[in-house]
Amino acid sequence: MDMQATKKKVGLKEKYAHMTRGLGWETTYQPMNKVFPYAEFEGIKIHDWDKWEDPFRLTMDAYWKYQAEKERKLYAVLDAFAQNNGHLGVTDARYINALKLFLTGISPLEYVAHRGFAAAGRNFPGVGPRVACLMQSLDEVRHAQTQIHALSNYNKHYNGFHDFKHMIERVWYLSVPKSFFDDAFSAGPFEWMIAIGFSFEYVLTNLLFVPFMSGAAYNGDMGTVTVGFSAQSDEARHMTLGLECIKFMLEQDPDNLPIVQKWIDKWAWRGTRVLTLVGMMMDYMLPKRVMSWKEAWEIYFEQNGGALFNDLARYGIKVPECLSQTAIDKEHISHQAWATFYQYGGASDFHTWMPTDEEMDWLSAKYPNTFDKYYRARFTHWRDEAEKGKRFYNGTLPMLCQVCQIPMLFTEPSDPTQICYRESEYQGEKYHTCSDGCKHIFDDEPEKYIQAWLPVHQIYQGNCFNEGVDPTAPGFDPLAEVLKWYHVEHGRDNLDFEGSEDQKNFAAWRGLATKNV
Amino acid sequence: MSTVFIAFQANEESRPIVEAVLADNPHAVLHESPAMVKIDAEGKLVIKRESIEERLGRDFDLQELQINLITISGHLDEDDDEFTLAWKN
Ligand SMILES: [Fe+2]
Ligand SMILES: [Fe+2]
Repeated sequence: MDMQATKKKVGLKEKYAHMTRGLGWETTYQPMNKVFPYAEFEGIKIHDWDKWEDPFRLTMDAYWKYQAEKERKLYAVLDAFAQNNGHLGVTDARYINALKLFLTGISPLEYVAHRGFAAAGRNFPGVGPRVACLMQSLDEVRHAQTQIHALSNYNKHYNGFHDFKHMIERVWYLSVPKSFFDDAFSAGPFEWMIAIGFSFEYVLTNLLFVPFMSGAAYNGDMGTVTVGFSAQSDEARHMTLGLECIKFMLEQDPDNLPIVQKWIDKWAWRGTRVLTLVGMMMDYMLPKRVMSWKEAWEIYFEQNGGALFNDLARYGIKVPECLSQTAIDKEHISHQAWATFYQYGGASDFHTWMPTDEEMDWLSAKYPNTFDKYYRARFTHWRDEAEKGKRFYNGTLPMLCQVCQIPMLFTEPSDPTQICYRESEYQGEKYHTCSDGCKHIFDDEPEKYIQAWLPVHQIYQGNCFNEGVDPTAPGFDPLAEVLKWYHVEHGRDNLDFEGSEDQKNFAAWRGLATKNV
Repeated sequence: MSTVFIAFQANEESRPIVEAVLADNPHAVLHESPAMVKIDAEGKLVIKRESIEERLGRDFDLQELQINLITISGHLDEDDDEFTLAWKN
């Protein structure tokens, strides 16, 4: 549809001024600092909220108009996808497992982002950021809803899509993205803006949506591509909000610099760790790959993030501390994560597999320094064992990082054959983290991170079984009981892709679609 | 000089916009990937309402860019006539 551009009575800048600052007022029944108590809580000093301006100059009336148009376009594609059995057009049914991880691990975060931006909008006294936060809050609930709608098409046909809302609260690997947002939401509004608005949206969201959604297009999944890009179209505004927030804090008072720098360091590292899951999806779960995780990292983090940090240098901001480690890690993390999921394929809500020879050749071409040297032999061995009927499942539970909650699967930056862990002491107890970055975050706020709900600890404490289950009963099977508590159906939602119901159904339905029977 | 970029969904609505951007910014480089077109430019990129209107044959509001926009990089400034991305260093 062609949009109708209406002849304007007032220019964009003037309209923006009327529809944002023009709507604000100073409270009189209560002093402003009592109405907005969190604005000062984190030590950030703001002298003039009117200095904040949204460079898009988007106002609510225009917002509704363009968002409605995005929704019309999106739902037309989703209808066509459902009507034409679009799910049978994907390259290979292994791909569908990436969507399960997306629905269970990412869509619930959209909903938390919706709540978080509503709260930030409430807590900022300035009208400019309040309006921008209101829009972002509405965007985020739209993202949650459209992702759920798009993926419900898959839920009609495949396993693992049935209970994401329940799983996000319980399943071991989903605590990684969940705790990232919980950490941000339980901070003050300015730290929330750096965590989500800046680190997640500006520095990292391109890595999540752009290569992954281009990957979905490569794999024939137009429904998901359209949802992803429709969400991403809001993201340009979100990134701008995050960047404006940083600039605003830095311009308002020189005392804000060390606080902002500390948050940038913290959230760049937290974000990098959480994106391990995306790296693994790109390198291992997309049957037809668009680019490697390492390539995406170089374009969107190193080059684009580099341009950004060069620019922020004029305020005294330094590149995040973790950069020297991420330059090493980009060659390893996707392989290490997939190796972990393969070993724990009995405890996940999606299927796993080992790459084919051809896929391993692609990986060694993309990772010439690491894949053949450290990973190929292990993967080939596991594949051979599985062919002999001895598929390796790890029966023990891994130690988790107290901060990022990822199992201790990463290696020492100086030695890729040695698992990395760090230890801190707080009030006579020992706590373990996966890296210098996470240890640093823990040591800065131990009273926050000792409260972490760590899935493995919780299993050992007996908190992850359904009511009435007796762990002392003879023949008690802890994994089976934990899976029941997760709502993961053993033998159907988990284990190998090879031999799964998904694999059989996809092959049978695709056969029906291409042959006369 | 750092690179700014803008990416759009690859579709019929974006085509005249991309054409206008490339015509107005001779230093810009186009990258086409599945379902997406990305335009990189050293330092600065300017999108002009008039150039898009010429190709579209109708009035165009620059805020319509949002519908097919995927991502941007650089500081943004938008008014009625121009949508500018730039790094200030
Ligand atoms: Fe979102
Ligand atoms: Fe960690």
